[in-house]
Amino acid sequence: MEGMSRSGRHALIWAWTIAVLVFLYIPGLCIFLASLTASRYFQFPIQRWGLDWWRKTFDSIEVHQLFKTSISIALAVMVIAVVIAFFGALAFARYNWKGRSIYQKLVLLPIFFPQSVLGLALLLWFNAIGLELSWKTAVFAHLVWIIPVVTLVISIQVYSFDPALEEAAFDLGATRWQVLREVTLPVLLPGIVSGSLFAFLLSWGNFPLSLFTTGADTTIPEYLYAKMVAGYTPGVPVLGTVSTLGAALLLLGGYWLIAMRRRQKNSREGS
Amino acid sequence: MAGFRNALPLIIFLAIGFAAPLLAVIGYSFMPERSFGLLHPPTLENYAAIFNGNSYISFGWSLLLAVLTVAFLALICYPIAYGLARVFGPWAPVITLLFTIPLFVSENVRLYGWLLFFIKNGVLLGTLKSVFGLELESWLFTRPMILLGMVYVYVPFMLFPMTLGVSMVPNETREAALDLGATRWQVFREVELPLSMPGIVIGFLLTFVLAVGAIAEAKILGGQTVIPITHDIEIAFTYAQNWPLGAALAVLLMLVVGILVLFVLRRFDLDAVLGRR
Repeated sequence: MEGMSRSGRHALIWAWTIAVLVFLYIPGLCIFLASLTASRYFQFPIQRWGLDWWRKTFDSIEVHQLFKTSISIALAVMVIAVVIAFFGALAFARYNWKGRSIYQKLVLLPIFFPQSVLGLALLLWFNAIGLELSWKTAVFAHLVWIIPVVTLVISIQVYSFDPALEEAAFDLGATRWQVLREVTLPVLLPGIVSGSLFAFLLSWGNFPLSLFTTGADTTIPEYLYAKMVAGYTPGVPVLGTVSTLGAALLLLGGYWLIAMRRRQKNSREGS
Repeated sequence: MAGFRNALPLIIFLAIGFAAPLLAVIGYSFMPERSFGLLHPPTLENYAAIFNGNSYISFGWSLLLAVLTVAFLALICYPIAYGLARVFGPWAPVITLLFTIPLFVSENVRLYGWLLFFIKNGVLLGTLKSVFGLELESWLFTRPMILLGMVYVYVPFMLFPMTLGVSMVPNETREAALDLGATRWQVFREVELPLSMPGIVIGFLLTFVLAVGAIAEAKILGGQTVIPITHDIEIAFTYAQNWPLGAALAVLLMLVVGILVLFVLRRFDLDAVLGRR
């Protein structure tokens, strides 16, 4: 470290970061490659390339049902999580109140908790109160972990929010509802958008909580796991690739939306 | 009181969805062997069975693997966190995004990608064989492979809190130390490390807790070389159909994790870690 110049050090940091990123994306690349084979078993270098397995996977009624289940769960989780987490984040970061510091730590607890154990705990709990397992209980299970995450994501935005804006609106005679709709919500919108994306995607990719709580319904990660353990076909990497690309596109789209909005705002303020 | 009113829905939800299930687990752990209800007279036999059995091996493996994961990730992530906070400038959001995307793909699927990479006739060995004529044994189903899987899965959980921590070090303080003649190493040890500690400790804690609860890495990449404690718990719940035993194991795991989390979080001012820009 000692004798190295500043630019040399920076180059090393860049190189290291890129190397780690490559490492992170190797498995995704392998899965994509495995989906392009025409034969039943994966062998590299691939002898016969083909998209047969893509077509077969998309024609399968079973796969349609999986998508329906996974999307229903993720959408329900997103809507409920964002509403509860929005108010939760205001309590987390905006207001000074007695008990806030304990509340902040309580919110973090489910995040700092092994998910597979949480899934089992919820299974026992649903069983004890006699709830029948279905995709709806899975929504509840996902929420236990995802609401705290979304609360944190929105809180980070709330920290940079100036409460004087709300007070000014109140002084000008706005009602509580008007202040929420015209001031608080628009200012916190980027946090809410990224919170929604997190909620949807974390639910979409979740396995340990779904495993114990979906009952007879099956999500995509559950199906993939079952197939990996027994009964591999190249349909597994096809579905894996689709769910990865879907997540990436959604994330890039959301990020683009936030960036566009910021640019719009800046140009409006500039003119 | 506005704060409490806003917090109320979340508090109620966590009471029903988090506190109550944990109480259910504790309740089940005192039920007689292989029972499925909560209305039997309580007993300590599950705990006795655990202390007389060899679950400590699984506990030991889980803790050891988690400690190693944290150690490797600390070394891997610090330069990147430093880069995100100080070096990458306009590129930082894009790089953050690239580190975020894998988070949203199910862990199983990504670990399966490693399986395809390392398996015999897979991407790595198949390439070596066809290009260099090298035939090697696959490294799958060994202990280092489990560690590789865990390090791989938990990168973002170490990286993001660490980046928050490193961003907390004011640039002026670093410059001042350098101006006063401190070497790079001294600045790192005396200024940067202590001031970014809150974020780093949160990263350590989060990674450790998640890694102790890891299960997929050992199953998919490790064959049967290591049985982590979470696997023991799952077996009790599924094949063995012995919920009370699984619940008792889960309670012990929760105790280890819970004590650690409460102990570390107690001394933290979260506003400072999350809020400061």
